Amino acid sequence: MGNSLAYSSITKKIIMSLAGLFLISFLLVHLGINLLILFDKTYESFNMAAHFMATNPLIQVFQWVLFIGFIIHIIYGIIVQIQNWSARPVKYMKKGYSELSYFSKFMIHTGVVVFIFLIIHFANFFIVAKFGHVEEITYKSGTYENMGAVVFETFKIGWYVVFYVLALLLLGFHLEHGIQSAFQSLGFNHWRYTPVIKIIGTLFSILITLGFLAIPLVIYFT
Amino acid sequence: MDLTLKIWRQASAKAKGQFVNYQVQNISAEASFLEMLDILNESLVAKGEEPVAFDHDCREGICGACSLYINGRPHGPDRGITTCQMHMRNFKHGETIIIEPWRAKPFPVIKDLMVDRSSFDEIIQAGGFVSVRTGGIPDANSIPIPRRNAELAMDAAACIGCGACVAACKNASAMLFVSAKVSQFALLPQGRVEAQERVQRMVAKMDELGFGNCTNTYACEAECPKEISVSNIARMNREFLSAKLISHKTF
Ligand code: HEM
Ligand code: SF4
Ligand code: FES
Repeated sequence: MGNSLAYSSITKKIIMSLAGLFLISFLLVHLGINLLILFDKTYESFNMAAHFMATNPLIQVFQWVLFIGFIIHIIYGIIVQIQNWSARPVKYMKKGYSELSYFSKFMIHTGVVVFIFLIIHFANFFIVAKFGHVEEITYKSGTYENMGAVVFETFKIGWYVVFYVLALLLLGFHLEHGIQSAFQSLGFNHWRYTPVIKIIGTLFSILITLGFLAIPLVIYFT
Repeated sequence: MDLTLKIWRQASAKAKGQFVNYQVQNISAEASFLEMLDILNESLVAKGEEPVAFDHDCREGICGACSLYINGRPHGPDRGITTCQMHMRNFKHGETIIIEPWRAKPFPVIKDLMVDRSSFDEIIQAGGFVSVRTGGIPDANSIPIPRRNAELAMDAAACIGCGACVAACKNASAMLFVSAKVSQFALLPQGRVEAQERVQRMVAKMDELGFGNCTNTYACEAECPKEISVSNIARMNREFLSAKLISHKTF
Protein backbone atom coordinates (compact mmCIF):
# COMPACT_ATOMS: atom_id res chain seq x y z
CA MET A 1 0.00 0.00 0.00
CA GLY A 2 3.09 2.19 -0.20
CA ASN A 3 1.96 3.90 -3.36
CA SER A 4 -1.67 4.25 -2.33
CA LEU A 5 -1.21 8.01 -2.69
CA ALA A 6 0.15 7.55 -6.19
CA TYR A 7 -2.95 5.76 -7.43
CA SER A 8 -5.15 7.90 -9.63
CA SER A 9 -8.29 9.45 -8.21
CA ILE A 10 -10.48 7.00 -10.13
CA THR A 11 -8.48 3.95 -9.01
CA LYS A 12 -8.83 5.04 -5.40
CA LYS A 13 -12.56 5.41 -5.78
CA ILE A 14 -12.87 2.01 -7.46
CA ILE A 15 -10.93 0.34 -4.64
CA MET A 16 -13.06 2.15 -2.04
CA SER A 17 -16.31 1.20 -3.68
CA LEU A 18 -15.36 -2.47 -3.99
CA ALA A 19 -14.32 -2.51 -0.34
CA GLY A 20 -17.55 -0.70 0.61
CA LEU A 21 -19.77 -3.15 -1.26
CA PHE A 22 -17.88 -6.01 0.33
CA LEU A 23 -18.49 -4.55 3.79
CA ILE A 24 -22.20 -4.44 2.99
CA SER A 25 -22.20 -8.21 2.43
CA PHE A 26 -20.78 -8.56 5.91
CA LEU A 27 -23.51 -6.32 7.35
CA LEU A 28 -26.14 -8.63 5.86
CA VAL A 29 -24.66 -11.76 7.43
CA HIS A 30 -24.19 -9.99 10.74
CA LEU A 31 -27.76 -8.71 10.76
CA GLY A 32 -29.15 -12.13 9.89
CA ILE A 33 -27.41 -13.67 12.89
CA ASN A 34 -28.33 -10.82 15.24
CA LEU A 35 -32.01 -11.12 14.43
CA LEU A 36 -32.00 -14.74 15.68
CA ILE A 37 -31.74 -13.33 19.19
CA LEU A 38 -35.23 -11.84 19.00
CA PHE A 39 -36.92 -15.04 17.88
CA ASP A 40 -35.64 -17.47 20.45
CA LYS A 41 -35.90 -16.75 24.17
CA THR A 42 -33.38 -19.45 25.05
CA TYR A 43 -30.86 -17.93 22.58
CA GLU A 44 -30.16 -21.44 21.29
CA SER A 45 -30.10 -20.56 17.58
CA PHE A 46 -28.14 -17.34 18.21
CA ASN A 47 -25.54 -19.07 20.38
CA MET A 48 -25.24 -21.82 17.83
CA ALA A 49 -24.64 -19.29 15.04
CA ALA A 50 -22.16 -17.34 17.20
CA HIS A 51 -20.34 -20.57 17.98
CA PHE A 52 -20.21 -21.42 14.28
CA MET A 53 -18.83 -17.99 13.39
CA ALA A 54 -16.20 -18.26 16.12
CA THR A 55 -14.97 -21.74 15.22
CA ASN A 56 -15.53 -22.44 11.53
CA PRO A 57 -12.09 -22.35 9.84
CA LEU A 58 -13.43 -20.73 6.67
CA ILE A 59 -14.99 -17.94 8.72
CA GLN A 60 -11.69 -17.48 10.59
CA VAL A 61 -9.93 -16.81 7.29
CA PHE A 62 -12.80 -14.62 6.12
CA GLN A 63 -12.51 -12.54 9.30
CA TRP A 64 -9.09 -11.37 8.19
CA VAL A 65 -10.33 -10.58 4.71
CA LEU A 66 -13.06 -8.51 6.32
CA PHE A 67 -10.57 -6.75 8.58
CA ILE A 68 -8.42 -5.87 5.56
CA GLY A 69 -11.54 -4.66 3.73
CA PHE A 70 -12.24 -2.24 6.58
CA ILE A 71 -8.66 -1.02 6.70
CA ILE A 72 -8.56 -0.41 2.94
CA HIS A 73 -11.89 1.39 2.93
CA ILE A 74 -10.92 3.58 5.86
CA ILE A 75 -7.41 4.41 4.65
CA TYR A 76 -8.63 5.38 1.18
CA GLY A 77 -11.59 7.24 2.68
CA ILE A 78 -9.20 9.38 4.69
CA ILE A 79 -6.73 9.93 1.81
CA VAL A 80 -9.54 10.93 -0.58
CA GLN A 81 -11.01 13.29 2.00
CA ILE A 82 -7.72 15.02 2.79
CA GLN A 83 -7.02 15.55 -0.92
CA ASN A 84 -10.51 16.94 -1.37
CA TRP A 85 -10.12 19.39 1.48
CA SER A 86 -6.83 20.62 0.09
CA ALA A 87 -8.23 21.06 -3.43
CA ARG A 88 -9.96 24.24 -2.22
CA PRO A 89 -7.52 26.13 0.01
CA VAL A 90 -9.62 29.33 0.01
CA LYS A 91 -13.21 28.61 1.00
CA TYR A 92 -16.31 30.38 -0.25
CA MET A 93 -17.95 32.97 1.95
CA LYS A 94 -21.38 31.75 0.92
CA LYS A 95 -21.63 27.97 1.14
CA GLY A 96 -22.92 26.17 -1.93
CA TYR A 97 -26.17 24.32 -1.47
CA SER A 98 -26.72 22.58 -4.76
CA GLU A 99 -25.55 19.13 -3.71
CA LEU A 100 -28.06 16.65 -4.99
CA SER A 101 -26.97 13.78 -2.80
CA TYR A 102 -27.27 15.25 0.69
CA PHE A 103 -25.47 12.61 2.74
CA SER A 104 -22.45 12.69 0.42
CA LYS A 105 -21.39 15.82 2.31
CA PHE A 106 -21.04 13.87 5.53
CA MET A 107 -19.38 10.62 4.46
CA ILE A 108 -16.21 11.26 6.46
CA HIS A 109 -18.21 12.30 9.53
CA THR A 110 -20.61 9.36 9.45
CA GLY A 111 -17.66 7.11 8.61
CA VAL A 112 -15.60 8.28 11.59
CA VAL A 113 -18.50 7.76 14.02
CA VAL A 114 -19.04 4.26 12.60
CA PHE A 115 -15.32 3.63 13.05
CA ILE A 116 -15.38 4.69 16.71
CA PHE A 117 -18.46 2.58 17.18
CA LEU A 118 -16.73 -0.41 15.63
CA ILE A 119 -13.86 -0.16 18.12
CA ILE A 120 -16.18 -0.01 21.14
CA HIS A 121 -18.37 -2.72 19.67
CA PHE A 122 -15.30 -4.85 19.10
CA ALA A 123 -14.20 -4.45 22.71
CA ASN A 124 -17.67 -5.26 24.02
CA PHE A 125 -18.50 -8.37 22.07
CA PHE A 126 -15.69 -9.73 19.96
CA ILE A 127 -12.89 -9.51 22.55
CA VAL A 128 -15.21 -10.77 25.29
CA ALA A 129 -16.19 -13.73 23.10
CA LYS A 130 -12.61 -14.51 22.11
CA PHE A 131 -10.60 -13.88 25.25
CA GLY A 132 -13.01 -13.14 28.09
CA HIS A 133 -15.02 -15.54 30.18
CA VAL A 134 -18.53 -16.26 29.01
CA GLU A 135 -20.88 -18.66 30.85
CA GLU A 136 -21.60 -21.85 28.97
CA ILE A 137 -25.05 -23.17 28.39
CA THR A 138 -26.12 -26.67 27.37
CA TYR A 139 -28.94 -27.39 24.93
CA LYS A 140 -30.03 -30.63 23.29
CA SER A 141 -27.88 -29.68 20.29
CA GLY A 142 -24.71 -29.09 22.32
CA THR A 143 -22.90 -26.78 24.76
CA TYR A 144 -22.11 -23.20 23.69
CA GLU A 145 -20.93 -19.99 25.24
CA ASN A 146 -24.01 -17.99 26.11
CA MET A 147 -23.31 -14.94 23.92
CA GLY A 148 -27.02 -14.23 23.85
CA ALA A 149 -26.89 -13.40 27.54
CA VAL A 150 -23.90 -11.09 26.99
CA VAL A 151 -25.82 -9.21 24.30
CA PHE A 152 -28.88 -9.03 26.55
CA GLU A 153 -26.91 -7.56 29.47
CA THR A 154 -25.08 -5.05 27.26
CA PHE A 155 -28.31 -3.78 25.77
CA LYS A 156 -29.70 -3.12 29.25
CA ILE A 157 -27.09 -0.34 29.63
CA GLY A 158 -28.81 2.94 28.69
CA TRP A 159 -25.83 4.92 27.35
CA TYR A 160 -24.70 2.01 25.25
CA VAL A 161 -28.12 1.66 23.63
CA VAL A 162 -28.18 5.40 22.88
CA PHE A 163 -24.72 5.24 21.30
CA TYR A 164 -25.60 2.12 19.34
CA VAL A 165 -28.77 3.67 17.95
CA LEU A 166 -26.93 6.87 16.99
CA ALA A 167 -24.05 5.06 15.31
CA LEU A 168 -26.38 2.84 13.30
CA LEU A 169 -28.48 5.76 12.15
CA LEU A 170 -25.29 7.35 10.85
CA LEU A 171 -24.32 4.06 9.19
CA GLY A 172 -27.71 4.19 7.47
CA PHE A 173 -26.93 7.70 6.17
CA HIS A 174 -23.49 6.48 5.05
CA LEU A 175 -25.11 3.70 3.06
CA GLU A 176 -27.88 5.90 1.66
CA HIS A 177 -25.24 7.77 -0.31
CA GLY A 178 -22.69 4.97 -0.46
CA ILE A 179 -24.60 2.27 -2.30
CA GLN A 180 -25.56 4.26 -5.39
CA SER A 181 -22.20 6.04 -5.25
CA ALA A 182 -20.33 2.75 -5.42
CA PHE A 183 -22.14 1.80 -8.64
CA GLN A 184 -21.36 5.17 -10.20
CA SER A 185 -17.69 4.89 -9.15
CA LEU A 186 -17.50 1.48 -10.79
CA GLY A 187 -18.79 3.02 -14.01
CA PHE A 188 -22.32 1.72 -13.81
CA ASN A 189 -24.81 4.41 -14.81
CA HIS A 190 -27.80 3.56 -16.95
CA TRP A 191 -30.80 5.68 -17.85
CA ARG A 192 -33.17 2.91 -16.82
CA TYR A 193 -31.39 1.01 -14.01
CA THR A 194 -29.68 3.83 -12.10
CA PRO A 195 -32.96 5.22 -10.69
CA VAL A 196 -33.83 1.65 -9.62
CA ILE A 197 -30.44 1.27 -7.91
CA LYS A 198 -31.02 4.53 -6.04
CA ILE A 199 -34.41 3.40 -4.76
CA ILE A 200 -33.15 -0.06 -3.79
CA GLY A 201 -30.09 1.51 -2.11
CA THR A 202 -32.27 3.79 -0.02
CA LEU A 203 -34.70 1.00 0.92
CA PHE A 204 -31.79 -1.27 1.74
CA SER A 205 -30.19 1.37 3.99
CA ILE A 206 -33.47 1.90 5.83
CA LEU A 207 -34.14 -1.82 6.29
CA ILE A 208 -30.59 -2.60 7.43
CA THR A 209 -30.72 0.24 9.95
CA LEU A 210 -34.16 -0.70 11.27
CA GLY A 211 -33.08 -4.35 11.51
CA PHE A 212 -30.02 -3.54 13.60
CA LEU A 213 -31.90 -1.02 15.73
CA ALA A 214 -34.73 -3.42 16.52
CA ILE A 215 -32.47 -5.60 18.69
CA PRO A 216 -31.22 -3.12 21.32
CA LEU A 217 -34.57 -1.32 21.40
CA VAL A 218 -36.61 -4.49 21.92
CA ILE A 219 -34.20 -5.73 24.60
CA TYR A 220 -34.00 -2.39 26.40
CA PHE A 221 -37.71 -1.75 26.49
CA THR A 222 -38.95 -5.27 27.36
CA MET B 1 -34.25 47.81 -8.57
CA ASP B 2 -31.62 48.81 -6.01
CA LEU B 3 -29.10 46.25 -4.86
CA THR B 4 -26.18 45.83 -2.50
CA LEU B 5 -23.26 43.94 -4.03
CA LYS B 6 -20.66 42.22 -1.87
CA ILE B 7 -17.79 41.65 -4.28
CA TRP B 8 -14.41 39.95 -3.83
CA ARG B 9 -11.66 42.48 -4.66
CA GLN B 10 -8.07 41.36 -5.05
CA ALA B 11 -5.56 43.63 -6.80
CA SER B 12 -3.35 40.82 -8.14
CA ALA B 13 -2.62 37.10 -7.81
CA LYS B 14 -0.26 37.75 -4.90
CA ALA B 15 -2.27 40.48 -3.17
CA LYS B 16 -4.54 39.80 -0.21
CA GLY B 17 -8.19 40.12 -1.16
CA GLN B 18 -11.31 41.16 0.70
CA PHE B 19 -15.03 41.71 0.18
CA VAL B 20 -16.11 45.25 -0.67
CA ASN B 21 -19.73 46.49 -0.58
CA TYR B 22 -21.18 48.47 -3.47
CA GLN B 23 -24.63 49.97 -4.06
CA VAL B 24 -26.24 50.00 -7.50
CA GLN B 25 -29.52 51.85 -8.22
CA ASN B 26 -32.23 51.66 -10.83
CA ILE B 27 -31.18 48.36 -12.33
CA SER B 28 -33.69 47.07 -14.89
CA ALA B 29 -35.01 43.53 -14.50
CA GLU B 30 -34.29 43.18 -18.23
CA ALA B 31 -30.57 43.81 -17.76
CA SER B 32 -28.22 40.85 -17.82
CA PHE B 33 -26.05 40.23 -14.78
CA LEU B 34 -22.92 41.33 -16.62
CA GLU B 35 -24.65 44.51 -17.81
CA MET B 36 -25.42 45.25 -14.19
CA LEU B 37 -21.69 44.88 -13.42
CA ASP B 38 -20.89 47.12 -16.43
CA ILE B 39 -23.09 49.81 -14.90
CA LEU B 40 -21.27 49.43 -11.59
CA ASN B 41 -17.89 49.63 -13.35
CA GLU B 42 -18.86 52.79 -15.25
CA SER B 43 -19.77 54.46 -12.00
CA LEU B 44 -16.49 53.31 -10.44
CA VAL B 45 -14.48 54.66 -13.39
CA ALA B 46 -16.40 57.96 -13.17
CA LYS B 47 -15.33 58.18 -9.51
CA GLY B 48 -11.75 57.39 -10.48
CA GLU B 49 -11.80 53.97 -8.79
CA GLU B 50 -10.50 50.69 -10.21
CA PRO B 51 -13.32 48.78 -12.01
CA VAL B 52 -14.15 45.21 -10.95
CA ALA B 53 -12.33 42.71 -13.19
CA PHE B 54 -14.42 39.77 -14.41
CA ASP B 55 -14.15 37.35 -17.34
CA HIS B 56 -16.50 37.57 -20.30
CA ASP B 57 -16.34 37.31 -24.06
CA CYS B 58 -19.25 36.18 -26.24
CA ARG B 59 -22.04 37.15 -23.84
CA GLU B 60 -24.27 34.66 -25.60
CA GLY B 61 -23.60 31.53 -23.56
CA ILE B 62 -21.26 29.72 -25.93
CA CYS B 63 -17.65 30.62 -25.18
CA GLY B 64 -17.28 29.59 -21.55
CA ALA B 65 -15.40 32.74 -20.53
CA CYS B 66 -17.83 34.14 -17.98
CA SER B 67 -17.81 32.72 -14.47
CA LEU B 68 -18.82 34.21 -11.05
CA TYR B 69 -20.00 32.40 -7.94
CA ILE B 70 -23.21 34.28 -7.18
CA ASN B 71 -24.98 33.78 -3.82
CA GLY B 72 -23.42 30.35 -3.41
CA ARG B 73 -24.06 29.17 -6.97
CA PRO B 74 -21.79 29.15 -10.02
CA HIS B 75 -23.46 31.15 -12.82
CA GLY B 76 -26.11 32.32 -10.36
CA PRO B 77 -29.61 31.19 -9.47
CA ASP B 78 -30.98 30.11 -12.86
CA ARG B 79 -30.53 26.49 -14.00
CA GLY B 80 -28.76 25.51 -17.20
CA ILE B 81 -27.53 29.00 -18.01
CA THR B 82 -24.25 30.96 -18.03
CA THR B 83 -23.75 34.15 -16.02
CA CYS B 84 -23.85 36.24 -19.22
CA GLN B 85 -27.28 34.83 -20.07
CA MET B 86 -28.68 35.23 -16.58
CA HIS B 87 -30.91 38.25 -16.06
CA MET B 88 -31.63 40.56 -13.15
CA ARG B 89 -35.24 39.37 -12.95
CA ASN B 90 -33.81 36.55 -10.81
CA PHE B 91 -33.22 39.09 -8.02
CA LYS B 92 -35.44 41.24 -5.83
CA HIS B 93 -35.27 44.94 -5.01
CA GLY B 94 -33.13 45.56 -1.92
CA GLU B 95 -31.35 42.20 -2.10
CA THR B 96 -27.69 41.69 -1.21
CA ILE B 97 -25.77 39.70 -3.83
CA ILE B 98 -22.50 38.04 -2.87
CA ILE B 99 -20.14 37.65 -5.83
CA GLU B 100 -17.04 35.47 -5.48
CA PRO B 101 -14.50 34.07 -7.93
CA TRP B 102 -14.32 30.31 -8.65
CA ARG B 103 -12.43 28.75 -5.74
CA ALA B 104 -10.08 25.82 -6.41
CA LYS B 105 -6.37 25.23 -6.00
CA PRO B 106 -5.88 24.77 -9.79
CA PHE B 107 -7.91 27.99 -10.46
CA PRO B 108 -5.82 30.75 -8.81
CA VAL B 109 -7.27 34.25 -8.76
CA ILE B 110 -5.62 36.61 -11.27
CA LYS B 111 -7.50 39.73 -10.26
CA ASP B 112 -10.81 40.35 -8.48
CA LEU B 113 -13.27 37.84 -9.97
CA MET B 114 -10.98 36.55 -12.72
CA VAL B 115 -9.34 33.17 -12.23
CA ASP B 116 -6.69 31.39 -14.26
CA ARG B 117 -8.35 28.39 -15.89
CA SER B 118 -5.39 27.32 -18.01
CA SER B 119 -5.30 24.08 -16.00
CA PHE B 120 -8.27 23.05 -18.18
CA ASP B 121 -6.15 23.74 -21.28
CA GLU B 122 -3.41 21.55 -19.84
CA ILE B 123 -5.89 18.69 -19.44
CA ILE B 124 -6.97 19.10 -23.08
CA GLN B 125 -3.32 19.21 -24.16
CA ALA B 126 -2.75 15.93 -22.32
CA GLY B 127 -5.11 14.03 -24.63
CA GLY B 128 -8.28 15.88 -25.56
CA PHE B 129 -7.76 15.62 -29.30
CA VAL B 130 -7.55 13.19 -32.23
CA SER B 131 -3.98 13.12 -33.52
CA VAL B 132 -4.62 12.16 -37.14
CA ARG B 133 -6.08 14.36 -39.84
CA THR B 134 -9.67 13.26 -40.24
CA GLY B 135 -9.98 15.14 -43.53
CA GLY B 136 -12.95 17.21 -44.62
CA ILE B 137 -16.57 16.49 -43.85
CA PRO B 138 -17.17 12.84 -44.84
CA ASP B 139 -20.11 11.87 -47.06
CA ALA B 140 -23.24 11.24 -45.04
CA ASN B 141 -23.33 7.72 -43.59
CA SER B 142 -19.90 6.78 -44.95
CA ILE B 143 -18.94 6.14 -41.31
CA PRO B 144 -21.85 4.37 -39.64
CA ILE B 145 -22.50 5.78 -36.15
CA PRO B 146 -25.43 4.61 -34.02
CA ARG B 147 -27.87 7.44 -33.56
CA ARG B 148 -27.73 7.16 -29.79
CA ASN B 149 -23.93 7.53 -29.78
CA ALA B 150 -24.16 10.57 -32.03
CA GLU B 151 -26.64 12.15 -29.63
CA LEU B 152 -24.58 11.36 -26.52
CA ALA B 153 -21.38 12.61 -28.15
CA MET B 154 -23.10 15.86 -29.12
CA ASP B 155 -24.45 16.27 -25.58
CA ALA B 156 -20.95 15.80 -24.15
CA ALA B 157 -19.43 18.16 -26.72
CA ALA B 158 -21.78 20.91 -25.50
CA CYS B 159 -19.36 21.50 -22.60
CA ILE B 160 -17.92 25.01 -22.93
CA GLY B 161 -15.11 24.50 -20.41
CA CYS B 162 -16.32 27.21 -18.05
CA GLY B 163 -15.28 25.44 -14.85
CA ALA B 164 -18.60 25.81 -13.02
CA CYS B 165 -18.49 22.09 -12.23
CA VAL B 166 -15.20 22.58 -10.35
CA ALA B 167 -16.55 25.70 -8.66
CA ALA B 168 -19.73 23.93 -7.54
CA CYS B 169 -18.11 20.72 -6.33
CA LYS B 170 -17.37 20.50 -2.62
CA ASN B 171 -14.16 18.71 -3.59
CA ALA B 172 -13.23 21.07 -6.46
CA SER B 173 -13.25 18.02 -8.71
CA ALA B 174 -12.98 18.43 -12.48
CA MET B 175 -14.55 15.06 -13.27
CA LEU B 176 -17.58 16.45 -15.12
CA PHE B 177 -15.44 18.54 -17.47
CA VAL B 178 -12.87 15.81 -18.10
CA SER B 179 -15.53 13.13 -18.55
CA ALA B 180 -17.40 15.28 -21.09
CA LYS B 181 -14.18 15.68 -23.08
CA VAL B 182 -13.34 11.97 -22.80
CA SER B 183 -16.88 10.98 -23.77
CA GLN B 184 -17.21 13.17 -26.85
CA PHE B 185 -14.31 11.22 -28.39
CA ALA B 186 -14.88 7.79 -26.85
CA LEU B 187 -18.39 7.59 -28.32
CA LEU B 188 -17.27 8.13 -31.93
CA PRO B 189 -15.20 5.83 -34.18
CA GLN B 190 -12.56 8.49 -34.94
CA GLY B 191 -11.97 8.97 -31.23
CA ARG B 192 -11.99 5.28 -30.30
CA VAL B 193 -8.53 4.66 -31.78
CA GLU B 194 -6.74 6.60 -29.04
CA ALA B 195 -9.44 6.25 -26.39
CA GLN B 196 -7.47 4.11 -23.93
CA GLU B 197 -4.43 6.30 -24.02
CA ARG B 198 -6.48 9.50 -23.89
CA VAL B 199 -8.46 8.70 -20.76
CA GLN B 200 -5.35 7.70 -18.84
CA ARG B 201 -3.39 10.78 -19.84
CA MET B 202 -6.21 13.21 -19.13
CA VAL B 203 -7.03 11.72 -15.74
CA ALA B 204 -3.34 11.69 -14.77
CA LYS B 205 -3.08 15.37 -15.69
CA MET B 206 -6.25 16.23 -13.81
CA ASP B 207 -4.89 14.57 -10.66
CA GLU B 208 -1.47 16.16 -11.05
CA LEU B 209 -3.00 19.65 -11.23
CA GLY B 210 -4.61 19.17 -7.82
CA PHE B 211 -8.32 18.85 -8.59
CA GLY B 212 -10.21 16.86 -5.94
CA ASN B 213 -11.60 13.32 -6.15
CA CYS B 214 -15.20 12.74 -7.19
CA THR B 215 -17.51 11.71 -4.36
CA ASN B 216 -20.62 11.51 -6.56
CA THR B 217 -22.25 14.51 -4.93
CA TYR B 218 -23.60 15.64 -8.33
CA ALA B 219 -23.49 19.37 -7.60
CA CYS B 220 -21.60 19.67 -10.91
CA GLU B 221 -24.51 18.41 -12.95
CA ALA B 222 -26.94 20.68 -11.10
CA GLU B 223 -24.84 23.77 -11.79
CA CYS B 224 -23.49 23.04 -15.27
CA PRO B 225 -24.81 25.67 -17.70
CA LYS B 226 -24.87 23.03 -20.44
CA GLU B 227 -26.49 20.40 -18.20
CA ILE B 228 -23.77 17.85 -18.88
CA SER B 229 -24.87 14.54 -17.32
CA VAL B 230 -22.93 12.72 -14.60
CA SER B 231 -23.44 9.58 -16.68
CA ASN B 232 -20.36 10.88 -18.53
CA ILE B 233 -18.40 10.45 -15.29
CA ALA B 234 -19.50 6.82 -15.08
CA ARG B 235 -18.49 6.36 -18.73
CA MET B 236 -15.06 7.82 -17.99
CA ASN B 237 -14.69 5.50 -14.97
CA ARG B 238 -15.51 2.52 -17.22
CA GLU B 239 -13.12 3.71 -19.92
CA PHE B 240 -10.41 4.26 -17.34
CA LEU B 241 -10.88 0.89 -15.63
CA SER B 242 -10.86 -1.05 -18.90
CA ALA B 243 -7.85 0.94 -20.19
CA LYS B 244 -5.91 0.12 -17.01
CA LEU B 245 -6.87 -3.54 -17.24
CA ILE B 246 -6.38 -4.27 -20.94
CA SER B 247 -4.44 -1.44 -22.58
CA HIS B 248 -0.94 -2.19 -23.81
CA LYS B 249 0.24 1.16 -22.55
CA THR B 250 -0.44 2.47 -19.08
CA PHE B 251 0.47 5.91 -17.83
C1 HEM C 1 -19.85 -1.13 7.79
C2 HEM C 1 -19.14 -0.15 7.45
C3 HEM C 1 -19.10 0.60 6.13
C4 HEM C 1 -19.73 0.37 4.94
C5 HEM C 1 -20.67 -0.77 4.59
C6 HEM C 1 -19.33 1.42 4.03
C7 HEM C 1 -19.75 1.55 2.72
C8 HEM C 1 -19.40 2.57 1.86
C9 HEM C 1 -19.73 2.66 0.46
C10 HEM C 1 -20.51 1.61 -0.33
C11 HEM C 1 -19.22 3.83 -0.02
C12 HEM C 1 -19.30 4.37 -1.44
C13 HEM C 1 -17.98 4.15 -2.13
C14 HEM C 1 -17.78 4.89 -3.40
O1 HEM C 1 -18.61 5.65 -3.87
O2 HEM C 1 -16.71 4.72 -3.98
C15 HEM C 1 -18.58 4.49 1.08
C16 HEM C 1 -17.95 5.72 1.01
C17 HEM C 1 -17.20 6.29 2.03
N1 HEM C 1 -16.86 5.70 3.24
FE1 HEM C 1 -17.68 4.01 3.94
N2 HEM C 1 -18.48 2.28 4.68
C18 HEM C 1 -18.30 1.80 5.97
C19 HEM C 1 -17.48 2.33 6.95
C20 HEM C 1 -16.68 3.45 6.80
C21 HEM C 1 -15.76 3.89 7.79
C22 HEM C 1 -15.48 3.21 9.14
C23 HEM C 1 -15.18 5.01 7.30
C24 HEM C 1 -14.12 5.75 8.07
C25 HEM C 1 -13.59 6.80 8.09
C26 HEM C 1 -15.76 5.29 5.99
C27 HEM C 1 -15.47 6.36 5.17
C28 HEM C 1 -16.04 6.59 3.94
C29 HEM C 1 -15.88 7.80 3.17
C30 HEM C 1 -15.05 9.01 3.56
C31 HEM C 1 -16.61 7.61 1.98
C32 HEM C 1 -16.79 8.62 0.88
C33 HEM C 1 -15.80 8.39 -0.16
C34 HEM C 1 -16.18 9.02 -1.41
O3 HEM C 1 -17.37 9.29 -1.65
O4 HEM C 1 -15.26 9.27 -2.16
N3 HEM C 1 -16.67 4.29 5.72
N4 HEM C 1 -18.68 3.71 2.21
S1 SF4 D 1 -19.06 20.31 -17.69
FE1 SF4 D 1 -20.49 22.07 -17.63
S2 SF4 D 1 -19.81 23.21 -15.81
FE2 SF4 D 1 -18.12 21.86 -16.35
S3 SF4 D 1 -16.79 23.04 -17.69
FE3 SF4 D 1 -18.23 21.93 -19.06
S4 SF4 D 1 -19.93 23.35 -19.37
FE4 SF4 D 1 -18.78 24.17 -17.62
S1 FES E 1 -19.44 35.25 -21.94
FE1 FES E 1 -19.33 33.58 -23.35
S2 FES E 1 -20.47 32.07 -22.24
FE2 FES E 1 -20.75 33.82 -20.99
